[in-house]
Amino acid sequence: MAVKGISKTGEYYDSVSLMLVARALTEMEGVEDATVVMGTEENKQILEASDMLLDEFKNAADTDLLIVGKAADEAKLDEIIAKAEELLIESKNKKSAAGEHMPKSIEGALDQVPDATVLIVSVAGRYAGDVAMDGLKKGLHVMLFSDNISIEKEKELKEYGREKGLLVMGPDCGTAIINGAPLCFANVVDRGNIGLVAASGTGLQEISCIIGNQGAGISQAIGTGGRDVKKDIGGIMFIEGIKALEADEATEVIVLVSKPPAPEVLEKVAGVVKELKKPVVAILIGGDPEVMNAAGAKAARDLERAGLIAVALSKGQSPEGIPAILEARKEEIVKQAAEEAAKMAEGQKYLRGLFSGGTLCDETQLMFKEDIGPVYSPAPIDPDFKLDDIWKSKENTVVDLGEDEFTVGRPHPMIDFLLRKKRIVEEANDPETAVILLDVVLGYGSNMEPGKELGPPIREAKELAAAAGRHIAIVCSITGTYKDPQNREQVEQELKDAGAIVMPTNAAASLLTVEIIKILGGK
Amino acid sequence: MILNGLFEKEFKAINIGLVSFKEALDDAEYQCVQVDWSPPAGGDADVLAALKALSGM
Repeated sequence: MAVKGISKTGEYYDSVSLMLVARALTEMEGVEDATVVMGTEENKQILEASDMLLDEFKNAADTDLLIVGKAADEAKLDEIIAKAEELLIESKNKKSAAGEHMPKSIEGALDQVPDATVLIVSVAGRYAGDVAMDGLKKGLHVMLFSDNISIEKEKELKEYGREKGLLVMGPDCGTAIINGAPLCFANVVDRGNIGLVAASGTGLQEISCIIGNQGAGISQAIGTGGRDVKKDIGGIMFIEGIKALEADEATEVIVLVSKPPAPEVLEKVAGVVKELKKPVVAILIGGDPEVMNAAGAKAARDLERAGLIAVALSKGQSPEGIPAILEARKEEIVKQAAEEAAKMAEGQKYLRGLFSGGTLCDETQLMFKEDIGPVYSPAPIDPDFKLDDIWKSKENTVVDLGEDEFTVGRPHPMIDFLLRKKRIVEEANDPETAVILLDVVLGYGSNMEPGKELGPPIREAKELAAAAGRHIAIVCSITGTYKDPQNREQVEQELKDAGAIVMPTNAAASLLTVEIIKILGGK
Repeated sequence: MILNGLFEKEFKAINIGLVSFKEALDDAEYQCVQVDWSPPAGGDADVLAALKALSGM
């Protein structure tokens, strides 16, 4: 197999544009492998690992574009490179197709829109902190999607933002909805009277979709990034967000979403909540609900309940009837679980959860812990259950493929399904696998055709298990609204056609999984 | 005024990085200007540090 490539100095493309080009190259006939990346250290390491780091790439800089292919003959290699160049030109043309002038700096952009309110930053972490501070100094609120920013820098940005009355959402803030505008990975939800503050990206998405699908709406959804509620940051933006929603006329119900905050931050948040006049629903995944209840909030045990309680309150209804509705649904789910379990072979007893949303992965872990016991994970709730090898599942396992160790050098798994597709098939080959649990997150920023991406590996998984005399349940939850650009109905149908069971929320999908594993006795 | 009146003002954004985030806002009919960004100082960490020192950042 021959390898050939070229580098281009000073040609910069973002990682998603490059992924799309690289994918098209690998789909060409006769291509063993091909990629197009910027010459960062991380990317060079990845190229080295796949024997594609040419000598002339070793001194490449972050701003050098590297194109490389692997194929049987020289002619094919030349074809790969030519195709890459063609696709890159197309990508660049697309960028400027609208005929819009692209300024080189924030200052230049402000000449075009002097009344801009928000700066969205998604450049590599080592540059993003400075870019964000530049925006703050120019009076812009900041949505900081980038990760790999030091905690010191985060604190500096947030303290500065608080002093100037500016929001700093992130770092590692995946989603927000401001004045109806969907930022980064956000879903299409009607405007309404429920305001959210979330230190959890997929938590915010799951709840806002439940709200939207129940016919209610969002006033504002403020993301803070997960580290905001940790001790070092002290909940700076979480608290500023709550205060802003309390003051906002359009907001009548406030929902707080987070992984467990540091105890001192929880106490601070509870102190703020106690003083609020508006009703508050809180879901602190894995946190002590009593602290929030004592502060006058309604603490929910999962994201779905939090969403449903908020909807009831937003319509001036009592949330008292919600437990009975969910209990009735549980009876149906238990029946469905029994039917699935009855089809399974001897020895099939474990869950394999492959997530793209971290908070959804945590929610599933908690539901398992309560009903069955802890599960293995690269980021387990119980430290004794840390997975030794993140690439290999063991007994009941859940992984969040959006964690840093999986995303180095590749886009987020909500965009790039490659890892998940491979792993679905691997898990199906394990005779102990009973259920493969997947979250499918729709909305802006996410992959536009998740049903078409996941359909083939789901089919393959079902077929190879069937050939070995087994039945695998593939349970999918969908986080998305019927107004999202992907067309939720169509995605549901594609997943069902491939043989998956589609549940409306992660809580429902996790419950079905828990009930199946309970019957099979997998602990 | 809370958050400098963010919730009262028309939403307009500047995007630096993934073009897909600007495309989403275009699709939802919100104004967003894309900055044609590339790593400063050609991505050279030493040059960047020197530039930052000079500009007092």
